Amino acid sequence: MSKVLKVRNLTKSFGGVCAVDDVSFDLEKGRLLAMIGPNGAGKTTCFNLINGQLKPDRGSIVIMGKQIAGFKPHRVWQLGVGRTFQITATFASMSVLENVQMARLSFHRRTLSIFQKVRNLYVDESMELLKLVGIEKQRDHACGVLAYGDLKRVELAMALANDPRLLLMDEPTAGMGPAERSRLMEQISGIVQTRNIGVLFTEHDMDVVFTHAHRIIVLNHGKLVAEGTPQEVHANAQVQEIYLGAAETARLEKR
Amino acid sequence: MLKVHALNTFYGKAQILFGMNLKILAGEIVVLLGRNGVGKTTAFKSIMGIAPPETGEITFKGIPIHHLPPHKTCNLGLGYVPEDRRIFTQLTVMENLEVGKQPPRKGYRPWTAERLFELFPNLAERQNLIGGALSGGEQQMLTIARTLMGNPEMIILDEPSEGLAPVIVEQLARTIKKLKNEGVSILLAEQNLNFARLICDRAYIIHQGRVFHESPIDTLSGEAYAKYCSV
Ligand SMILES: Nc1ncnc2c1ncn2[C@@H]1O[C@H](COP(=O)(O)OP(=O)(O)OP(=O)(O)O)[C@@H](O)[C@H]1O
Ligand SMILES: [Mg+2]
Repeated sequence: MSKVLKVRNLTKSFGGVCAVDDVSFDLEKGRLLAMIGPNGAGKTTCFNLINGQLKPDRGSIVIMGKQIAGFKPHRVWQLGVGRTFQITATFASMSVLENVQMARLSFHRRTLSIFQKVRNLYVDESMELLKLVGIEKQRDHACGVLAYGDLKRVELAMALANDPRLLLMDEPTAGMGPAERSRLMEQISGIVQTRNIGVLFTEHDMDVVFTHAHRIIVLNHGKLVAEGTPQEVHANAQVQEIYLGAAETARLEKR
Repeated sequence: MLKVHALNTFYGKAQILFGMNLKILAGEIVVLLGRNGVGKTTAFKSIMGIAPPETGEITFKGIPIHHLPPHKTCNLGLGYVPEDRRIFTQLTVMENLEVGKQPPRKGYRPWTAERLFELFPNLAERQNLIGGALSGGEQQMLTIARTLMGNPEMIILDEPSEGLAPVIVEQLARTIKKLKNEGVSILLAEQNLNFARLICDRAYIIHQGRVFHESPIDTLSGEAYAKYCSV
């Protein structure tokens, strides 16, 4: 079975507004699927549905062949779903290494007894994760003092701490400069290949999307309005109108 | 309009800014370029009084502001859009705008909720939704809109294009140019060079808490940019 994720007729409303409206798509192992669309199109809501933070009104989500309807986030996480957030979520007062150690700790399903120090647990495994995302030099820095882009890397290391088969990344390169963005995406592409993970990610940086995604799906007002290869999506007149705009379309053509 | 002289700013024992100098003329759009963590945000926080400098001088319209708390600086007509979307999550979109409101300033066209809704249609459709329910990009729009409601004479924007859809970024670029034409001065930090090139007059390249290079954006040296801004 090569499908990591199968989404069918996914629907979610808030009050009168349909934030996700009858959305269906698949994701295969070792592939990067980009979900793009205007602000408020329903991308983050989709992520929240897939990782169990929100309950769908309708539709099904199958992860690694398992229906996850009604699963709580930690059960979805145990199935091997890693996630990074649009708004970062690390412990500011703890060090980079400690944050990742904590994530690794819950992967091994251990809780810390009050006599134990996190300091000595899973150091090697955690350091390996830090190296993987290229932040091992900052291991002892408190997360609270990190630049935004570095914080995103810590989050990625934490998302990888449960050896995920499916990785959900909401704007992984936000807050980074162009060079750092492409470096991180290259690292992610490498990790995806070697670990055979399926990745679903959102981004508003089109250089990142059109360079690194194998396929792209486009949401607008909660509906899936386009799907295809980067070339197909870029050439789609509706996508140009609702999302890319004239300037960005022209810039991408020159690329 | 704004003059920053020999700024030294510390977080605890760590020095972040080393004798930084900046000057923004009335009606100018100036960008700070530079990698992550080189001190752009700290420079803004120092100017706004959130991270006051240890030594150095900052004047706005000739008035020294380096001893002023943030709200006093704001009242003088200096608006600030931080990178970490500062909105009231429990208040509605409309209430957020009301809270940001300040009297119009002589010689500047006053902002109204209607004008801002034209600019950000997303917000118009969600006037009565609480801020916390907005999407990430919508929160960014609300942060910018709320700052404009203060009718500032000068605005500091920390990575304004971040998290916004390309069409909205294009619209934002047009608005910033319009603001300039209305006489508003603008200082921003950007990692999106395409966006910066579209709107800015002048650029400072920042590295390790210092200004390393200064030039009009049109003649910005590709060499200097490559050296200090890419990895
Ligand atoms: N609890 C809620 N109540 C009402 N509306 C909500 C709630 N949560 C989200 N929404 C609305 O649902 C829509 C989809 O939001 P979502 O965060 O999924 O957008 P997005 O595609 O991730 O946008 P962005 O690119 O800006 O991050 C938005 O218009 C938002 O205002
Ligand atoms: Mg989102």
